Amino acid sequence: MNLHAVPFEWYLILAAVLFTIGAVGVVTRRNAIVVFMAIEMMLNSVNLVFISAAQFLGDINGQLFVLFVMAVAAGEAAIGLAIVLALFRNKRTVYVDEVNVLKW
Amino acid sequence: MAELIGLIVAFPLVGFLLIGLGGRRLGSEVRIGALASAAVGASFAVGVWLLVELLGRPAESRTLVLRLYPWITAGDFTAELAWRFDQLSALFVLIVTGVGFLIHVYAIGYMHGDRSFARFFAYLNLFIFMMLNLVLGDNLLVTFLGWEGVGLASYLLIGFWWDQQFEGVRIRWTGEAAMKAFVVNRIGDFGMLVAMFLLVLYAGTLRYDEIAGAVMAGTVIPPHIITLIALGLFLGCTGKSAQIPLAVWLPDAMAGPTPVSALIHAATMVTSGIFLISRMNVLFAASPDAMAVVAAVGIATAFFAATIGLVQTDIKKVLAYSTVSQLGYMFTALGVGAFTAGVFHVMTHAFFKALLFLGAGSVIHALHHEQNIERMGGLARYMPRTHWTFLVAALAIAGIFPLSGFFSKDEILWNAFIYGGPWLWAIGVVAAFCTAFYMFRLYFLVFHNSERFDHHHQPHESPAVMTIPFVVLAVLSAVGGFLGIPEALGGAAIPNVLEHWLEPIFAPGVAMLHRGSMHASHTLEYVLMGISLVIALAGIGLARAFYYRESTRPAALAERFRRVYRLLWHKYFLDEVYYALVVDPIYILSVRVLWRITDVGIVDGAVNGIARVVGDIGERVRRLQTGYAQSYAVLMMAGILVVVWYLASHTGGK
Amino acid sequence: MNEWLSASPLLVVSLAAVVALLVDALNPHSERVTYRFSLMALAIALIAAIATIPFRGVAFSSMLRTGGAPAVLDCVFAIGGILTILAARPYIAARNFEHDEFYTLVLYSTSGMMLIAHAQHLLILFIGIEVMSLSFYVLAGYFRQTISSVESALKYFLLGAFATGFFVFGIALVYSATGSLDFGGISNAITSQSLVLPSLLPIGIALIIVGLGFKVAVFPFHQWAPDVYDGAPTVVTGFMSTAGKAAALGAFIPLVLDIVPFKEQSIQTVLALSAAGTIIIGNVAAVVQRRIKRMLAYSSVAHAGYMLIGLAAANHRGLSAVIFYAAAYLFMQIGAFVVLAILERDVERSVELDDCAGLATQHPALAAAMALFMFSLAGIPPMAGFFGKYYLFTAAIEAGYTWLAIIGVLGSMVSVYYYIGVVVQMYFKEATAAPPTVDPTSVKRFPLVVSAVAVIVLGIVPSVLESLLSSFWK
Repeated sequence: MNLHAVPFEWYLILAAVLFTIGAVGVVTRRNAIVVFMAIEMMLNSVNLVFISAAQFLGDINGQLFVLFVMAVAAGEAAIGLAIVLALFRNKRTVYVDEVNVLKW
Repeated sequence: MAELIGLIVAFPLVGFLLIGLGGRRLGSEVRIGALASAAVGASFAVGVWLLVELLGRPAESRTLVLRLYPWITAGDFTAELAWRFDQLSALFVLIVTGVGFLIHVYAIGYMHGDRSFARFFAYLNLFIFMMLNLVLGDNLLVTFLGWEGVGLASYLLIGFWWDQQFEGVRIRWTGEAAMKAFVVNRIGDFGMLVAMFLLVLYAGTLRYDEIAGAVMAGTVIPPHIITLIALGLFLGCTGKSAQIPLAVWLPDAMAGPTPVSALIHAATMVTSGIFLISRMNVLFAASPDAMAVVAAVGIATAFFAATIGLVQTDIKKVLAYSTVSQLGYMFTALGVGAFTAGVFHVMTHAFFKALLFLGAGSVIHALHHEQNIERMGGLARYMPRTHWTFLVAALAIAGIFPLSGFFSKDEILWNAFIYGGPWLWAIGVVAAFCTAFYMFRLYFLVFHNSERFDHHHQPHESPAVMTIPFVVLAVLSAVGGFLGIPEALGGAAIPNVLEHWLEPIFAPGVAMLHRGSMHASHTLEYVLMGISLVIALAGIGLARAFYYRESTRPAALAERFRRVYRLLWHKYFLDEVYYALVVDPIYILSVRVLWRITDVGIVDGAVNGIARVVGDIGERVRRLQTGYAQSYAVLMMAGILVVVWYLASHTGGK
Repeated sequence: MNEWLSASPLLVVSLAAVVALLVDALNPHSERVTYRFSLMALAIALIAAIATIPFRGVAFSSMLRTGGAPAVLDCVFAIGGILTILAARPYIAARNFEHDEFYTLVLYSTSGMMLIAHAQHLLILFIGIEVMSLSFYVLAGYFRQTISSVESALKYFLLGAFATGFFVFGIALVYSATGSLDFGGISNAITSQSLVLPSLLPIGIALIIVGLGFKVAVFPFHQWAPDVYDGAPTVVTGFMSTAGKAAALGAFIPLVLDIVPFKEQSIQTVLALSAAGTIIIGNVAAVVQRRIKRMLAYSSVAHAGYMLIGLAAANHRGLSAVIFYAAAYLFMQIGAFVVLAILERDVERSVELDDCAGLATQHPALAAAMALFMFSLAGIPPMAGFFGKYYLFTAAIEAGYTWLAIIGVLGSMVSVYYYIGVVVQMYFKEATAAPPTVDPTSVKRFPLVVSAVAVIVLGIVPSVLESLLSSFWK
């Protein structure tokens, strides 16, 4: 199927839907790992916008940006998992809602 | 020559730094006290030197300005760190450092043995430094720096004995009194800030001479803005100089050590309001409405405070209300355009009120911190020097010829009569009667009458380091008035020195008032003078009849006019009214209607009020901070939706 | 000027960070080497930054802006980094937790901040923000055996990554709408009305503002800040809440300059409302805190609000004021946090207000320094904080936001209450319990002295910095 046959708007709509699913996942899931996966999903929907926009505009910059987003996501994954690990060592839990020593 | 102004300011600063950082390491009490006093004395000496320099010049070039560097530049607007030594600031500098020096010396004796002796003197020097900035400032910003600084020093000094018990309306200890003073003053500062913003906005300058120029040009600042600026500044003055409606902090400020009451809360800091209006006389004169407000507030304060003074029993509180009342006189003078008279009274008042406070301190000292005049009496026998000097000061404040208070007060009343009308004069005279009465009630109850104090300790005269300042101040209180002998008495032979001296400062303001030269007859002036003298003598006589010996008459009178007595005893319930009408309802309201907080700021009690209200809201706000990361994320998403919706729906721009 | 030279502060710090990481990898437990190396690198960067201030321009195919305001911000970051490293060493050493990655992470976060300040391209901005934030996530959780530190890191990380999602989505939308990623191109597209997909632009800009607003911690994206600042190691909080904030505010400046021409009023309105909310929330919540660290954390939110005023004003005076305030705030806040770090007895127990009672008699110099910082934070003249606020509020009035200036003034009046509360404790209360034991070896005088002197000097000669800053917009 020819990529050009699909209008840019459709990509945008798909990306928006994915992004929203991700954002809702962040606020509803308890498990820190799942929350983090939801964030990854948001980032990936952004990648979709970049690639389709680059195609639509005939410009290379958008595709380049995607590489950087992926690199940053990898960095975030490394640090995120390390933090969750440290949390588990201290508290024996990975549930976000059980972490609220700091409040008020 | 102008560089010397820097020295005036530098000495107390150096003293503050040395004593503040060195502390006890500097050595004995006497050394610390001597260092602090010397710093102030040196400033005084330089002040005198510069005064002599000014005297040698023609009247129109008697201004020295020292510009250090531009402090703030923002676009076209520049404010420099600069000091101005001219006729007005010279007078204030000499009062501040002169009286200040005497009080420093006195405090060496008074504070003897205090745990924080060095800290006390560091604060006193800090105060003098800030006060000098206030009166020497070449622009409103430098004055404002000093204005805030003296507030800070005053706060530190009122709370010097932080955790002592202290009786006041909803105040239990001295720390709370300090906080009250601080907050009430910040309300006044708010007015100052507004005025300064408006000045920058409309006149583009904060320099006094340029502001005066802009006002006189007539077109630069619209008239209603001038009124607004003047009222904003005046709000600041009511805070610092304890006028209605911000008067309530001063009596509570008596929680501080007595030298502080004498220095800050009687002789110097509280007169900064008078200084500011005198400095800005052109601006005030350009707004008849603002002038009327100043006069009305002044006379009302003079009257109410004097009547409250009639029944108080704490020796320092009587003097505090007396101060408030005398300041009211000064504002009345400014309000009717008699700037010289107002400044004249600042000077004489500094002498005799400082002396009264120091005398009171000496008495308190002798009776081991007894402040209730009902537990004193008969002290003339034990403390002859305190007694005689106190009597001089009391006669001066009552306005007995030829002591200083007579001349300055009469000048104010005379001006009130011809420029303000008979009513203003009449209220002033009634207040003068009250003044004479409460002052001699105090005098007789303390120094005569029967001995009602605890005889465990024999009262004793204070050491020479304390009584020598008494003598100096007593002489000044006695003869200080001769600087401003009215034309009606002196004629051409004895000139009114002060008026000639200040003429270049006030001439533009007076010209602004558009008065024809008013030549009231001398006969009228003599008559009015006579009346006020008789009134003062009557007040003294009545006080003598009531209080010279033990008598049931005062109690009977109080019983007869029980309601009036209660009203005065509770200071017209001013504090209670503020709490009942403003603070409490707002507190209650705020629990239901959170957004009412901003209104509390207008009145006293705001300390507790605001703190409670804000604290209450704060408690609620902090509960929003649940500690759950995801609830934060929900708020973020809500915020994102609002921002996106707002920007997306407001396309098209301007 | 050569583009390599004009970008030298950024290059020095980035290179040093990489080298430090390599040294660490090849040679573990080289704390002293890394410590000295990081300090040296930041000092060189500081000198380079000062030297490049006059050379304004763009470098590397218009990816970076150099000289001028970015260079001044570089100085702020470098000084912040130096003070933090100096103060941190005794602090973490006393807790037996000195590892060389601490210094490396400070270098990395500083390089991220510099990237943000220099960014002239959305990609650079994105990378800069991520480099800074990722380092901060780790620094916040540096005490990995302490629950509050780990919690702080987790919250910061989850919410930060969440905000990043919105931020890049905004970039993607702006890119789709304008077909450009560099600020010049975006600005051209907006002013020449040659937008590809105009309807996406406002959404994209909104999301970018949100992303930056999160990093500055402004209402309603502020809620992470009190918890994170509270839980993170004290010296780290001082660094994050000042230099980190300054960087994100710096990123707003080109945005305001280049993109605001599009729908000026509505962006300004959003910023102004947010500033008002931030000031109110931060100050009001700070009043009721008993723990000084958390009080300063909330008040840090309020200070972000003050600085946002300058951006909402969107005039030249406002932009100068933001940088001035960021510099002043760096000194007073880091100073206060260094004092706190000295007073802290152990990691778990934070300093309460009552713990300061009687400090003035036991440690007069420490108390005097703290009082100075408190007065400056409260905005009492003639300290640096006063002039910062003065510039911000006048800028707001000039831009017609008088109501915002009034909220700012009222907010600082409230803040006087809690800042002076600390001074009252130190000077007027007797010590109740055992006096705070101050381990003399843990006191690094240098950062305190530098901060105190800077607070005073910026208060006495504010016009020097101010006139330098205002020369950048001509």
